[in-house]
Amino acid sequence: MDLSAINPILLLASLMVAATPIILAAVGELVVERAGVLNLGVEGMMITGAVCGFIVAVNTGSPLLGFIGAAIGGAVLSMLFGFLTQFLLSNQVATGLALTLFGLGLSALMGQSYIGIKAPEFPDWHIPVLGDIPVIGPIVFQHDPMVYVGLAIVVAVWAFLKFSRAGLILRAVGENHEAAHALGYHVIRVRMLAIMFGGACAGLGGAYLSLVRVPQWTEGMTAGAGWIALAIVVFASWKPMRLLLGAYLFGGVTVLQLNLQAAGMAIPVEYLSMSPYLATIAVLVIMRAGRAPGSLGQSFHASR
Amino acid sequence: MLMLEKRPQPSKAWTLAAPLLAVVLTMICGGLLFAALGKAPVETIRTIFFDPLFSEFAWFYRPQLLIKGAPLALIAIGLSFGFRAGIWNIGAEGQYIVGAICGAAVGLAFYPTESFLIFPLMVIAGILGGVVWAMIPGILKVKFGTNEILVSLMLVYVAEQLLASMALGTLRNPEGMGFPGSRNLAKYDSASSWISENAGMHWGVVAAFIAVIFAYVILSRHQFGFNVRLAGQSPRAARFAGVNPKLLVLVCMGISGGLAGAAGLFEVAGPAGQISIDFNVGYGFTAIIVAFLGRLHPIGILLAAGLMALTYIGGEIAQSNLGLPGAAIQLMQGMLLFFLLMVDVLTNYRLRFGKGATV
Amino acid sequence: MTLKSILAGATIAASLSTTAFADDPTKVGFIYVGPVGDGGWTYEHDQGRLAVQEHFGDAVETVFVESVPEGADAERVMQQMALGGADLIFTTSFGYMDPTINVAEKFPDVMFEHATGYKQADNVSVYSARFYEGRAVQGHIAGHMTESNVIGYIGSFPIPEVIRGINAAYIHARAVNPDVEFKIVWAYTWFDPAKEAEAANVLIEQGADVILQHTDSTAPQAAAQAAGNVVTFGQASDMAEFGPFPRVSSIIDNWGPYYIARTQAVIDGTWVSTNTWDGIGAGMVGIGEISDAVPADVKASAEALRDSLASGEYHAFTGPLNKQDGSVWLAEGEVADDGTLAGMNFYVEGLTGDIPQ
Repeated sequence: MDLSAINPILLLASLMVAATPIILAAVGELVVERAGVLNLGVEGMMITGAVCGFIVAVNTGSPLLGFIGAAIGGAVLSMLFGFLTQFLLSNQVATGLALTLFGLGLSALMGQSYIGIKAPEFPDWHIPVLGDIPVIGPIVFQHDPMVYVGLAIVVAVWAFLKFSRAGLILRAVGENHEAAHALGYHVIRVRMLAIMFGGACAGLGGAYLSLVRVPQWTEGMTAGAGWIALAIVVFASWKPMRLLLGAYLFGGVTVLQLNLQAAGMAIPVEYLSMSPYLATIAVLVIMRAGRAPGSLGQSFHASR
Repeated sequence: MLMLEKRPQPSKAWTLAAPLLAVVLTMICGGLLFAALGKAPVETIRTIFFDPLFSEFAWFYRPQLLIKGAPLALIAIGLSFGFRAGIWNIGAEGQYIVGAICGAAVGLAFYPTESFLIFPLMVIAGILGGVVWAMIPGILKVKFGTNEILVSLMLVYVAEQLLASMALGTLRNPEGMGFPGSRNLAKYDSASSWISENAGMHWGVVAAFIAVIFAYVILSRHQFGFNVRLAGQSPRAARFAGVNPKLLVLVCMGISGGLAGAAGLFEVAGPAGQISIDFNVGYGFTAIIVAFLGRLHPIGILLAAGLMALTYIGGEIAQSNLGLPGAAIQLMQGMLLFFLLMVDVLTNYRLRFGKGATV
Repeated sequence: MTLKSILAGATIAASLSTTAFADDPTKVGFIYVGPVGDGGWTYEHDQGRLAVQEHFGDAVETVFVESVPEGADAERVMQQMALGGADLIFTTSFGYMDPTINVAEKFPDVMFEHATGYKQADNVSVYSARFYEGRAVQGHIAGHMTESNVIGYIGSFPIPEVIRGINAAYIHARAVNPDVEFKIVWAYTWFDPAKEAEAANVLIEQGADVILQHTDSTAPQAAAQAAGNVVTFGQASDMAEFGPFPRVSSIIDNWGPYYIARTQAVIDGTWVSTNTWDGIGAGMVGIGEISDAVPADVKASAEALRDSLASGEYHAFTGPLNKQDGSVWLAEGEVADDGTLAGMNFYVEGLTGDIPQ
């Protein structure tokens, strides 16, 4: 065993990248849940985003357009969920699960002729000056732009929820939709927008996998990342900044166990892999209830 | 402007008509999809929805419907109690896995002894495994008020890791040439859940039918069924009626966990045969959908489980006979679920166009 | 169905053209564990199916069902294919072993071919590829190419198939570079791009400049490309899109020739249950083009190794070889027997760490 082989700087740097797709998907879901909607279809939206982004990027040669296409693809799919749950008042749990099934099938059909093709190159940004700072530079300032986009979205969501009036309305809708409605807010409209934002973010997360991480299209390539995003939202107790912590913890456990393995240490991989989920449950218990948005998962129908 | 108006009573007519409408809509849209993929739409739809029941080989497919539908029905029945009472256990997949592990472990511990006691012990272990796994979110909800949706979901991932560990380690077949996976329980007479393989009958199928009947009786005749429904419709009224909400949570979680655990045990000791890394194939999640499609009603659940099983089996036939991609089947299943959830609105709400005409 | 096969054989004997049975084509079924779009294991089996289709044209009809879970579902799909008139069914995952045997009992006239398993019956053959021969060639190239003397290996699950590959690669890397060290991580998945990318990154960060992978996605290739100076090898499919660097060569699953031969045997009525374990020689294991990023002399010696493995004059596990604990496994000149290889659950001497249990 040789633990000195583990380079903490590189470990943290790769964690930044590894956590990005999950952060993107999770921050979208966080907004959706803060609006009182539980969309379990994150995996389906992610993989649809992955295939849309890939198709657009390959055909246009531009990864940037690919990401835009992915966001649109994810948002369009999420509108299906929104239409069913918000206008037709279907159960959110069941609809979300159906969305995952639908997304997996749809993406596989769409991607049929794109197997074995490589995505156009998406270079890293070596940010001048900042990137040259020792230690911090390689960890924080030498990644591809999407890493920063992900972080920027998290900060923006934090500021939006905390300081903006629209954010306040969104939280009100999520906490108590009856009261928000009584105050004259359009509960359904707010929720639809939140759901579409969630879809777009999940799409970006998926595209990060198909355009940067892998970068190829293969069926089922998200391999459960959407479900981890759901867990992280809970772990973060619906707070954007804690979401980063959660994503790094979840990603960190994987990276750490791989590192320990590579360093020659015998570790019970399965038990280490289940630890973040147990930690999430512990966080839930410590935080107590009430922190979950009050109307989470409930349908709203204005009685006129 | 399209508007919804809540019906004072759910419409009886639509309760029956809505699912049929959904299936018809799926057939139309699915047909268009298949046509777009260059397949004959009518033939494909016929293959998926009718061939398993009425083709030349229906004698083979009909029992298979039982095998595929039984775990779905069994789990969904258990979930329906909680769902009616507003208790959301969505971790049935985890309870299914843990039930299978516990039950299989008991069976494997006795290998190769033959005794008629082994199988009943396995069933008990399977049920207990599921109950224990479901009690974690149950007790945490009662004690600390944590959200059971999220805790039960987290425990699915934990159970999956546990399964991998068991298949690779503790329960690995010592004569399996180093490959992961346990011994085959279906080949071990005392532990097998098969009654007749050709008839598609194993104890899980029997248990599913018994569960349907019991659920029906309890929900329509028994005080507990009344309490469950009351708690779901009006938690306050339930409290005035003397329903202990904490006890209700534990009982509902226990029922759903126990039945999911039992389903896992019956599956591992029969159709699946062994604990393997990929033992779980999503029955626990599909059962949630089945429970909703069946409107949380025991008979409805039975029919919904049958319908889901039909699309799985019909989908396989369409793949192998017509060369339809597996993804198209998945997409059509998603469509079917969407339509079923969509038309559900008609049961509880009236559609209104502006002022006046009612549909 | 036997009758049909015999008749088919008789027709051949009468040297009629194959178009004679266009009316009653031989039906060959395939059962896949993943989607054909996985770009790896299942994709390559489907390429084999397409090769059969192309070779025989109208004389053979191929059918397949993808993403079939192991267990009850697999059994049903096999049975459904048999009922649907399949004469020969390939079941392409280890987990289909018991279902294949069960269904074969019920359909004595249908021939089954189970990939990577060890249970045979009168109408069940087993077949697998000696991928370790390909690993030996990779190890040889890797041993030459590494400058840090650290080679990273991404394993899927600790099963004999994977352990064999690790041993074969290590033996041949050490043969050309005695200082070489292997770092092994187990991903506990056959396919999870995000996790594979992380595994590759971890290995690269810990000093590996060559990555061997026994998982199916291209994510490790991309990670190596991003790192810039890391060598990789394609797995399952050629992954040529990552050549000429970082991907310098590959192991290709090439099932086509075997599938064609077995289908021909059914048509001829000469099919008998066999246990096939073919390597480079029979063409079941393909070595992808060694790119120009590899120095010419290394390329030449790697090709020589490949050819000697192919001709059978050299076995990838030839003594003297010791087990990890130092005990003697193979004496000078002795070659490993297939039984030991099939159930291999130990590392050879020099590898560090334990195989997880």
